[in-house]
Amino acid sequence: MTDALNAIAGGALIGLAAVMMMGGIGRVMGVSGIISALLNERIGAGQHAPGRSDFIWRAAFVAGVFAAPLGHLVLIGQPPAATFDASPGVLVLAGLLVGAGAVVGSGCTSGHGVCGIARLSARSTVATFAFMSTGIAATFLMRHAFGG
Amino acid sequence: MRYGPLLAFVAGVTFSLGLLISGMADPAKVLAFLDIAGNWDPSLALVMASAVTINFIGLRIVTRRARPLLAEAFSIPARRDLDRELIAGAAVFGVGWGLAGLCPGPAIAALAIAPGSAAIFVGAMLAGMAAGRAIKQTGVLSDRRSAQHQ
Repeated sequence: MTDALNAIAGGALIGLAAVMMMGGIGRVMGVSGIISALLNERIGAGQHAPGRSDFIWRAAFVAGVFAAPLGHLVLIGQPPAATFDASPGVLVLAGLLVGAGAVVGSGCTSGHGVCGIARLSARSTVATFAFMSTGIAATFLMRHAFGG
Repeated sequence: MRYGPLLAFVAGVTFSLGLLISGMADPAKVLAFLDIAGNWDPSLALVMASAVTINFIGLRIVTRRARPLLAEAFSIPARRDLDRELIAGAAVFGVGWGLAGLCPGPAIAALAIAPGSAAIFVGAMLAGMAAGRAIKQTGVLSDRRSAQHQ
């Protein structure tokens, strides 16, 4: 029950953050898009180089995402509870697939799953079904087929 | 746009608190949600339901204005086509998500939770993003390009 209430409360904050981004600066809160745009500007390969102000809000958003668990660490003396047990090899493979897939597929859990579905975007709805399906399949193979 | 970065920072903190409170920032919990054949934990479905509900209502309120509070215009994706890049990219993304239980937002938060694991994942994710951009530029998955070949 606590899990369910936490899920609803946390989800509400995620939705609220997306509303703040659109209502405040008119941008979709798509984390992969924000990160890949920062990366693109940093390596200077952008064909449509966005202005300096775009770089700053994107960096500020990412800093905010990092700041919340950091604040927990500083105030409480330990990081928020979480279990990371993937091996380095799995982390590398997973990171490569997540990064490449998000760029080619134009979004991730936040951009498609939270923002796109709320806009009733067919593209985002299809993308969310696609990544939920393959996510479930990958977890199944990892845990049950290969006895992880 | 003077206060835009401040707003983006506060939104980033709010988003991240949402990830932490909901359990989305815990890979073990994400994998328990995706593992429908195991000891399934369905609670994360409520995270998306709640986030989408709040965003659905909030978007309709804020976009009634002519423009955002701190910027000139709303920037909303206009594409409608269901192309191969979208579907193939999302499918590949899901495989990565299901392997480690991490997606881009939680991965950034994880840098302050489990820096060792998170740094490996984020480093690979940035490399993957650069590769994804290169793949897009070649147009191998683009519907338009394949149509020209036919």
